[in-house]
Amino acid sequence: MIRKALWLSATSAFLTLFTLSGHAEDRVVNVYNWSDYIDSSIIDDFTKKTGIKVVYDTFDSNEILETKLLAGGSGYDVVVPSANFLARQIQAGVFQKLDKSKLPNISNMWDVISERTAKYDPGNEYSVNYMWGTVGLGYNVKKVQAALGTDKIDSWDVFFNPESLAKLKDCGVYVLDSPADIIPAALKYLGLDPNSTSPDDISKAQEALLKVRPYIRKFHSSEYINALANGDICLAIGWSGDVFQARNRAEEAKQGVEIGYSVPKEGAQMWFDQMAIPADAPHAADALEFINYMMTPEVIAKSSNYVLYANGNKASQQFIDKAILEDPSVYPDEETTKKLYTVAPYDPKTQRVITRTWTKIVTGQ
Amino acid sequence: MTDIAATAAPSTETATLPAKLATGFVNRLVIIVPYLWLLFFFLVPFIIVFKISLSQTAISMPPYTPVIGFKDGVSGFFAGVRELNFDNYTWLTQDALYFNAYVTSLVIAGISTILTLIVGYPIAYGMARAPATIRPTLLMLVILPFWTSFLIRVYAWIGILKPEGLLNQVLLATGLISQPLVILNTYTAIFIGIVYSYLPFMVLPLYSSLEKMDYSLIEAAQDLGCPPAGAFWKITFPLSLPGVVAGCLLVFIPAVGEFVIPDLLGGSQTLMIGKTLWNEFFSNRDWPVSSAVAVILLLVLTIPIMFFQQAQAKAQEQSK
Repeated sequence: MIRKALWLSATSAFLTLFTLSGHAEDRVVNVYNWSDYIDSSIIDDFTKKTGIKVVYDTFDSNEILETKLLAGGSGYDVVVPSANFLARQIQAGVFQKLDKSKLPNISNMWDVISERTAKYDPGNEYSVNYMWGTVGLGYNVKKVQAALGTDKIDSWDVFFNPESLAKLKDCGVYVLDSPADIIPAALKYLGLDPNSTSPDDISKAQEALLKVRPYIRKFHSSEYINALANGDICLAIGWSGDVFQARNRAEEAKQGVEIGYSVPKEGAQMWFDQMAIPADAPHAADALEFINYMMTPEVIAKSSNYVLYANGNKASQQFIDKAILEDPSVYPDEETTKKLYTVAPYDPKTQRVITRTWTKIVTGQ
Repeated sequence: MTDIAATAAPSTETATLPAKLATGFVNRLVIIVPYLWLLFFFLVPFIIVFKISLSQTAISMPPYTPVIGFKDGVSGFFAGVRELNFDNYTWLTQDALYFNAYVTSLVIAGISTILTLIVGYPIAYGMARAPATIRPTLLMLVILPFWTSFLIRVYAWIGILKPEGLLNQVLLATGLISQPLVILNTYTAIFIGIVYSYLPFMVLPLYSSLEKMDYSLIEAAQDLGCPPAGAFWKITFPLSLPGVVAGCLLVFIPAVGEFVIPDLLGGSQTLMIGKTLWNEFFSNRDWPVSSAVAVILLLVLTIPIMFFQQAQAKAQEQSK
C-alpha cells in the first residue's frame, strides 16, 4: 500500500514537472561565458528591462566549450569562444548567421577591431566582439628589480634569453599552457612569421623554448593569477586581463606585492572573445536581443570597467573609466597597436604538430 | 492420502504455481539487473568509444567521420561500417610518447598503491584490534573526508606543500630545515596526493578482512613459541590477503587514469596517460585517437586482472 502511494506521488510529481516545463512560456536565454567575465548587475538589468530570464553558466577553457558545441545539443543560446576557435567552429557548422536587422546596436562597434575579427569570421556574419586583449608579460615589480636590476620589462628578451630567465628561475616563472599563444610569441621573437605553419619554423620555436625550459616552474593557464598576486612567482606569460586581476587582488591583499604588465615591444598576440549563437540554440530570438543589449555603449562599458579588458565597442569608450581607457596595457597606443598580430587557426595537421611540439617542450618527451 | 490431496487441493495447486513462477522470476531478476546495468552503462558506451576509435577526424559536428546511422537506410549503415579501420591504433605505435605515458602511469600507480598499502595496513589493523565499542567511530573517521569535495581536498594540499606553505613554515620554525623544501610540482607531491585521496579505499577492505580474523590463532601461535613478527607474517597477513588484493585493485585502477592530482600537484613534466588523453581530445580535437588511447588503457587494465582472477579461482578450487 505504501509502495503504491509512493508510486502514485512519484508519478504525479513527474507529471507536474512535465506539464510545468511544457507551460513554461517564460522567455529565457542560456548564456555560456568565461568565468569572472561580467559585472553580474548587467544580467539583472537585462532581465528587468526585457523580462527575459538569463541562465548564466561559465567555463574556463575554449577546449571545454568546443567539445560541448561539437557534440551538439548543448542547449546554450549565446556562447563566447575565442576567435581562433570560433573560426574552426564556423567551418564545422556550429553557429547560425546573425540577423543584423535585429542588432541595431551593431553601429556602435569599432572598425579597428571588426576588421581584425573578420579574419576569423569573414564579414563578421556569425559573431560580435565581446572583449579583446593581448598576450604579454605579467611580473612582480620588486622581485624583478632585485633579480635583474631593472623594474621595467618591455621585451620578450627577458623571457627568451636564457641568461636573463635563469636569474628569475628561483623566484618563479609560469607560462600559459596554451601552445597557440606561446609558439607564435617564440616565432615573433626569432623574427619569423608568427602565423608560420612550416615545420622548420615550428622546430626553431621549439628549440628556443627548450633553451629556457629549465627555468620555467609551471605551465598552467589560470594558476598564475593567484601565484602572481600572492608573490609566489615573479614572471608569467599571461592574458592581459588576468594579470590585471592579479594586480587588483595584490592591491586588495596589501602585502606589498606590486604587479606590472607589459606588451613586449617586438609585438604581442591579440585575441578576441566573440559572442555567437549555436545553430541549434533553443531561444535564438532572445539570444539576439541579449547580444544587442550587450552592444549598448553604457552596458559594455560597465563590463569593461569591471573585468578590466578592452572591448570592441567604439561608442562605449566615453563611458569607460579614464584610468582604464588611458592605460596603454589595456588600450595600447597606435604605435603599439600596429605591432600587435593575430594568429589564424591551425589546420588539423599543423595542430597535431603544434600539440606534439608542445608536449615535447612541457614534458621533455 | 496423496490422491485426496491431489483431488481436494486444485485451488492450492493454482496458488503455488504462480508463486513458484514468481520466485523464479525474482531470482532471475536479481541476476538480470546487474547484467543489464553492465550492458547499458559499460558495454554500450564501450562499443561507442570503440567505434569512434576506428573512424577519422573531420571538421564537423561531431568531429569525426563516418557517423554510422540509419539515415540512409541499411545500405548507408554498412557503407559507414566499411569505412572504419585500425589506422589510429597503428598511429599509437609510431610515437613513443603514448608507450611512455602508459608506462609512467602504471609505475606511478604501482608505487602509490604500495605506499597506500604501507600506510593503510597499520590503520586497518589498529581499527580491527580496537575495542568493539569504538570501532564504528573509527570507521566513521575513515569515511569522513568523503564528505568534503575531492577537489577542495587536493587544493588544500597545494596550500600545505607550497614553498611558503604550512609544512615548510612548521619545519622552518622548528629549525629542522633551513631552506624550504620543494615538494609541490614534483612526483613526491603526486604520491602524497594519491596516497591521501585513496587511503579509505585501501583501509576499508583491509579492515573488513582483518576484523573477521580469529585472534585465538595468534594466541595459539604465541603459546607454541612463535615470535609476534613471525605470527604476523605466517597468520595475520595471509588471512588478510583477500583484503590486500581488493584494496590494491581499488587504488591501482583509478590511480592509473588519474588526471586531477597530477595536474594540480605534479609538475608540468609529469606525463601520464590521463593528460595525454586530454590533449588528444581537447587540444588536437582528435576524438578517434583519444578513443583508441582509452580502449588500449582499458585493455591494459582489464586483461591482467582477468588472468589474475582466473588464477585465483583455480588456486581456490585446488585448495578445496
